[in-house]
Amino acid sequence: MTLLAEQLLNGLQYGVTLFLLAAGLTLVFGIMGLINLAHGSLYMVGAFVAARTQAGSGSFLMAVGAGMAVAAFVGMLMEVTILRRLYFRDHLDQVLATFGLILFFNEAMAMLFGRQPMMAAIPDFLSGSVTFIPGVPYPIYRLAIIAVGAAVAAILYGLIVHTRIGMLVRAGATHRDMVRALGVRIGVLYTLVFGLGALLAGLAGAMVGPLLSVQVGMGDRILISTFVVIVIGGLGSIRGALAGAMLVGMVDTLARAYLPALLKLVMAASDADGFGAGLSSMASMMLMAVVLIIRPRGLFPGHG
Amino acid sequence: MVEAIRRRLVIASTALLMLALPLVADRLAMPDLVALGTQVAIYAVAAVGLDLLIGYTGLSSFGHAGFFGLGGYVVGILAFHAADGSLFLGVVPGATAAWIAWPAAILISALAALAIGALSLRTSGVSFIMITLAFAQMLFYLFVSIKTYGGDDGLGFRRRNALPWINPRDDVAFYYVCLAVLALVLAACHRLVRSRFGIVLLGIKQNERRMAAIGLDGGRYKLAVFTLAGAIAGLAGALQANLLRFVSPDMLHWTMSGDFMVMVVLGGVGTLVGPVFGAAAMVLLQSWLTQWTEHWMIVMGPVLVAVILLTRRGIWGALAGRR
Repeated sequence: MTLLAEQLLNGLQYGVTLFLLAAGLTLVFGIMGLINLAHGSLYMVGAFVAARTQAGSGSFLMAVGAGMAVAAFVGMLMEVTILRRLYFRDHLDQVLATFGLILFFNEAMAMLFGRQPMMAAIPDFLSGSVTFIPGVPYPIYRLAIIAVGAAVAAILYGLIVHTRIGMLVRAGATHRDMVRALGVRIGVLYTLVFGLGALLAGLAGAMVGPLLSVQVGMGDRILISTFVVIVIGGLGSIRGALAGAMLVGMVDTLARAYLPALLKLVMAASDADGFGAGLSSMASMMLMAVVLIIRPRGLFPGHG
Repeated sequence: MVEAIRRRLVIASTALLMLALPLVADRLAMPDLVALGTQVAIYAVAAVGLDLLIGYTGLSSFGHAGFFGLGGYVVGILAFHAADGSLFLGVVPGATAAWIAWPAAILISALAALAIGALSLRTSGVSFIMITLAFAQMLFYLFVSIKTYGGDDGLGFRRRNALPWINPRDDVAFYYVCLAVLALVLAACHRLVRSRFGIVLLGIKQNERRMAAIGLDGGRYKLAVFTLAGAIAGLAGALQANLLRFVSPDMLHWTMSGDFMVMVVLGGVGTLVGPVFGAAAMVLLQSWLTQWTEHWMIVMGPVLVAVILLTRRGIWGALAGRR
């Protein structure tokens, strides 16, 4: 039981990380109609910049700030120079051009920071653990990630539903040409939305630094999970991204925790470990297949 | 008229060049050229199959490497069991003969494509791209996790599949085998896209609802062509396994799927011969850049972006002067 409670919290924490990425990806898709494979690269950039800043300055908050700022800057630069030209091209061109960007970013990070994985330290004020469920001490740092994710979700909700910018974003998603006809400078809006998505990806990258090793290619793996999230949730829907992220976070974490042990009941221990790991990597994709059989457009079909 | 002649000239001279490649390699004392040429032919087989999906049906599959790798693993696993006389799942004996292993690779890849296609084709557009990617990635994790067949490290085997009258150690002979397979696949696909089936596919690409209105169930045609493309990729994978006498999860990696898409788009979407040029360009560019710097991807990435942004017709369009 205590293990289960801990795993559920881990699932929540992973789900929150996925949500930070999925929110940006799904916003960009819903509003600009762009499918951006390089979103995972922004996450990687955020993680590298944060890890290096923390190693240099010793300040975790400064590291997170730097990671977010650089990711947002790189994202907006990418939007203005390249991605903007892709909005009206078909999805195939978008996939291939952003695939090229992934190759570029992976190699650029390898040249700048080396291929050795970097580990960031958990900051002092977030180290240690608390026991708020009896018998389950849980790391404060992971709780902090969950809290940040919840806060981001709340802020995004407020931003999109209750502000003028949010109204434009919603209008841009459904009636792009009409918004432009009303005199809104939609180009600026697009760059801002893209910057916001990049900022969140950078935040996710900066926060996972102390939990995972920061290395080249880390963005690719999570990108595919993020795709699974937004397909489950429904393309273009932030609510769907939240629901999908939580589902995938839970399923993936629980599968990783329990599948190898379950497999050991039916096969040799040495095989079960490897096979269990592979099977748990596939669990979220199987979930996606099931969701698609029942609801081909995802749980919360967007309007895009 | 002039265009048609020009197209034939380009195809004829390319075919001549590929036929003469081993002689040229011999003359220039560059034996590596034969291996490069074989690699081009193999990738081209898979890319031509993918063009049936992307160019003729409008299905942007991002999971082509899944079927490619699966075909390779069928050959690898059969060779593995043949080597120690054990049985696959306790039933199927190993095999080293090409006439068993290659059709098996085609069949298994086709079955996988049938299953994956049946699920993926419920969606369209971007969801389809992401789902095919996710399914291929599932196959990737599957093979990473099976330690019996090498897991991460891959699975090597000692010799190529036996073909009648052909010495399996002869690299030049194997090159011609791959070239012959490419020619067969091209010819078959060429006939296919001009058949009734192919016309229906083009109709689906333009407007599936209209096809439904005239009484054609687009879903069945899409599933059929998806399965066919998977089978062709499986054949290419079987050849690839034979080329390297080694299979690894890298064959199924999602970047490989991306590479196949690039070959199709770079060569010319919906042209069938275009992807052959696309495959050649990718293989040659990669081998040239790797000689030049270990950080070749820092060049390759921007080249890709530039090609996508600046060109519309692909290499074949430029060579053959198609509109």
